Amino acid sequence: MSNTLSYSSITKKIWMSLFGLFLMTFLVVHLSINLLLLFDPSRELFNIAAHFMGTNPLIQIFQWVLFAGFGFHIILGVILQIQNWMARPKGYKVKGTSEDSVFSKYMIYTGMIIFVFLIIHLGNFFVLKMQGDVPEFHQPGAGEMEDMGLLVVNLFRNTGYVIFYVIMLLLMGFHLDHAFQSAFQSLGLTHNKYTPFIKGLGHFYSIVITAGYIIIPLIIYFR
Amino acid sequence: MDLKLKIWRQQGPDAQGKFVEYLVQNISSDASFLEMMDILNEELVAKGEEPVAFDHDCREGICGMCSLYINGRPHGPDTAITTCQLHMRKFKDGETVVIEPWRAKPFPVIKDLMVDRSAFDEIIQAGGYVSVNTGGVPDANAIPIKKENADLAMDAAACIGCGACVAACKNASAMLFVSAKVSQFALLPQGRVEANNRVENMVAKMDVLGFGNCTNTYACEAVCPKEISITNIARMNREFFVAKIS
Repeated sequence: MSNTLSYSSITKKIWMSLFGLFLMTFLVVHLSINLLLLFDPSRELFNIAAHFMGTNPLIQIFQWVLFAGFGFHIILGVILQIQNWMARPKGYKVKGTSEDSVFSKYMIYTGMIIFVFLIIHLGNFFVLKMQGDVPEFHQPGAGEMEDMGLLVVNLFRNTGYVIFYVIMLLLMGFHLDHAFQSAFQSLGLTHNKYTPFIKGLGHFYSIVITAGYIIIPLIIYFR
Repeated sequence: MDLKLKIWRQQGPDAQGKFVEYLVQNISSDASFLEMMDILNEELVAKGEEPVAFDHDCREGICGMCSLYINGRPHGPDTAITTCQLHMRKFKDGETVVIEPWRAKPFPVIKDLMVDRSAFDEIIQAGGYVSVNTGGVPDANAIPIKKENADLAMDAAACIGCGACVAACKNASAMLFVSAKVSQFALLPQGRVEANNRVENMVAKMDVLGFGNCTNTYACEAVCPKEISITNIARMNREFFVAKIS
């Protein structure tokens, strides 16, 4: 039965969880760098961090691991969802009223919206950087580097973009809220003592991450 | 009490079904839901119409035969019961009650509200058993079993295979059923011998039959008449992972 390894529903769910947890750790690293913009309005700290992330050889390799993580998580999510739709070709007249997690019902939709946001986000920063269209950062003693912080600050002064960004991040928060405890369930990591803690930690994580990302454009906009 | 029923009628597996409205009057609030259906059917027979086909057997909540998706919930608006244990006092006088069959690709409609649940039998045949060689009867107390595990195995074994979990799941996933059947053996030493093959074969069969994937919404646990816990699904995931890497 070893050939079922690649195809079974549980295998797909286990990989989905592992990639999801990996992406959650990335969100923490990304947020910690973004927060430097609040602690240092001169943007020097943020630019140093962005320069390090953009030039360190290890990070450059890891960047492709991250892209692969996103790719596999998205592809698996789409495959699982298509199978789920196929499993019930004819739906019910009366919508289900069983008690269940609200956010869990919309994971594919919040996931698709996050994917669109990811494309726009990469276009706003990553592509510009790859094309060398980012202005230089001039600060005495800081060395030569790109002013990535200026790109961020300029975008976060645009009312439309800030509203769009906040809505996108809220939807990502909904996605994360279900995802955290769901990953542990899919990996079979449940326990009478620890599962309530994991569920609590999942809510805490999703709220802190979402609030952390949202507060940055709001402060920059109103600063 | 008087009720307006909207019932799914379908002549056969390949027929085009539709909802048909019926009025039932003077139903006692102490009647069970299936008794109400019996009254409706008697009226239909008296009028020369075909009665509504629905599954039922023991009417004591233990056989797993009754089904019915009532007003958006398998086994109707109550918790930890089967449809045969549902009483009409759970409904309001004059209420409209929509009755549908379980909806899932592996559960095709046979007629009206009856669905073919033999997909569950196929999953059991794939590994939901302990192979026993004939010979002397072993002493019941020869193998010590932790009380905690015995209780968990017994809880899992309470699954009656009604299919409410599949019916409630937005993905028509059978994970709660399969995990209960895997767990009841995985927790006991007698079941450990074939544990790896069992979980692999039962999950493979579940996938082949076309059940959906688990999204951890836990709607299955909420509607299960035997309150099978979703911790069984986590146990099955663990069992499956260990079986695959070993």
